[in-house]
Amino acid sequence: METVRKRWTFKMTPVRGIFILVALCALAIIVVRLILGLGATTNLNDQWPWGFWISFDVLIGVALAGGGYGVALIVYVLRRDKFYPIARSAMLTSLLGYVIVVLGLLIEVGQWFNFYEPFISWGHHSVLFEVFWCISMYTLIQVLEFGEIATEKVFKGAHKLLKRIMPVLLVVGITLPTLHQSSLGGLYYEMIGKLDPLWWSPLLPPFFLVSSFFVGPAMIVLETALAQKATNHVVPVPILKGLVKISAVAMLIYFIAKIGDLFVAGEIGNAFAGTFASNMFLLELGIGCAVPLLLFFAGACAKRGGLILYGLCAVAGVVMNRFNVVLTGMGEYLNRAGGQYFPSWMEFVVSAGLVSIACLIYLFAVENFNITGGPKHEENAPQSGKFAAE
Amino acid sequence: MANELTAGKTFGALVDIPRCIGCESCSVACKLYNGLDWEAERKQLTPADRAAEANKGLWPEDWTSITQYNPEKDGERTLRFVKNQCFHCDDPACVSACFSKAFQKMPEGPVIYDQSLCVGCRYCMLACPFDIIKYEWGKAIPGCRKCQMCAPRVAQGEAPACVSVCPTGALFYGEKDQVLEEAKRRIAENGYIDHVFGEREAGGTSWFYISDVPFAAMRFRTDVTTRALPSYTKSYMAATPVVGIGWAAVLAGLYIYNNKGKDHLD
Repeated sequence: METVRKRWTFKMTPVRGIFILVALCALAIIVVRLILGLGATTNLNDQWPWGFWISFDVLIGVALAGGGYGVALIVYVLRRDKFYPIARSAMLTSLLGYVIVVLGLLIEVGQWFNFYEPFISWGHHSVLFEVFWCISMYTLIQVLEFGEIATEKVFKGAHKLLKRIMPVLLVVGITLPTLHQSSLGGLYYEMIGKLDPLWWSPLLPPFFLVSSFFVGPAMIVLETALAQKATNHVVPVPILKGLVKISAVAMLIYFIAKIGDLFVAGEIGNAFAGTFASNMFLLELGIGCAVPLLLFFAGACAKRGGLILYGLCAVAGVVMNRFNVVLTGMGEYLNRAGGQYFPSWMEFVVSAGLVSIACLIYLFAVENFNITGGPKHEENAPQSGKFAAE
Repeated sequence: MANELTAGKTFGALVDIPRCIGCESCSVACKLYNGLDWEAERKQLTPADRAAEANKGLWPEDWTSITQYNPEKDGERTLRFVKNQCFHCDDPACVSACFSKAFQKMPEGPVIYDQSLCVGCRYCMLACPFDIIKYEWGKAIPGCRKCQMCAPRVAQGEAPACVSVCPTGALFYGEKDQVLEEAKRRIAENGYIDHVFGEREAGGTSWFYISDVPFAAMRFRTDVTTRALPSYTKSYMAATPVVGIGWAAVLAGLYIYNNKGKDHLD
């Protein structure tokens, strides 16, 4: 055995204290929601059956977790080994993203205790059926993938087995998100005539897929910048630069396809109609694609500051896109006869609480398992020799 | 369910808008037959009040409603009443949207809902082209609520409760093609607008409306697609397993190829 050290650690800091506080507030509201129902806690109504929780916890949660499958593809399947040092943390954040999604969904649906129904009563014609199966299976797979890391420390007996099935987990674990990332866009096929044509398109599924792919590296840049303070884990700029390059290529394809799609549909004029929706659309594509692409092609992404700016813009763009699909783009239709919706404070607190819980788990995992690897953690990570960048 | 009268047959109903006097017998019959709750306060509301509601007066315990409009006819304001309820689409968006089969299309026509299968995701509500489905927001254990077209009655060869009590003949019920025939006969006879709302809307429905004033003036969704909504997702869902398996195979191939002769990464 290596040197004697505490088996589990969790360093309390003021930031962690705030996370715990927000998480507790959220849990209290969740209890109220379970006892009194959705009407008492949310501002959802018959005109607006989907609101903040669906857009933020689910659509944005899944999209921003896209870094997990993206990195798994780049590192394990395409064997771009130089990105290996960020693989574990990217995949852990992805898992935590899905924890938010699953918890968020569980409190969002009316009859949460029936959550298993689609497993036995197959509504296989529904796009949501595919989303449900893929998200549940993928979350399970991510737990197993994390199990491969966790069993380095606990339940060591299972480590060998998990390691042996890793290739299968990885392949299935990339296939599933490819399917459900697109299908989340496919959900909106049924909303033809309701969702503003600036967003409704037969290409919604590929748009959702590609945007989740290019936002992955952007999230990793931001996460590593944030985690750097908390965990002393510094990711070298060349790694992030390489990731952002992959992201920018995907983003360029997305940007061109998006504009081309509007031309083909004859909707390009509506983007400049000056309405709230069209302005939001321009803002989304401007901040989310045009600015980061300019940054990238102007060579600003060679330094950490430029990379972070790229990350901020790309993430903001995808966040806006998902909000715009669920809220802005549906607004004109759903409000046409006097409907209205703005999230209640409880909806915000619950979502903030779910994010806090994910952050707390992340910090705990990084402190207690070998997530970040690298030479900086030599004393905490006995096997870190394997994790040096190649 | 179906008996010898109804086996193999599909039924539909016609709402002859100019013939409706707004007596609301249909709403009362609906409540009685379906055992729906009523509030004294809501009883004060008039069809005009309901027409101003975003829901057109449809609530979890109000599966059908009468709304009143004052459209223009021959240069004069006139009075028209519209009965609202589920259209019971031929190829319903709610059925295709539901991932746990809580919605079902009966062969006789009704689209029915079973709360015991429902997860409560409310995708059906957004998918519905006529925004019919309502949710029990106030309940801890909520379900979706909408007109069930009195499915047990229809299966036994009887008209839905609302139709059976209509005193003016504004509601007409029968086998679907006969109802359509009757709709077209009445249009010709009375010089109505030459449009059976519901014949093509959303790919065809079981409830038809005819009118002498434009439907758009009475909050009908006249811009609704005439393609059945599930057709928008059908090919996507059919392609999914093929794409999934193909993509997994490509990934597996790439994984094996790229990892050949290399140390496996953890």
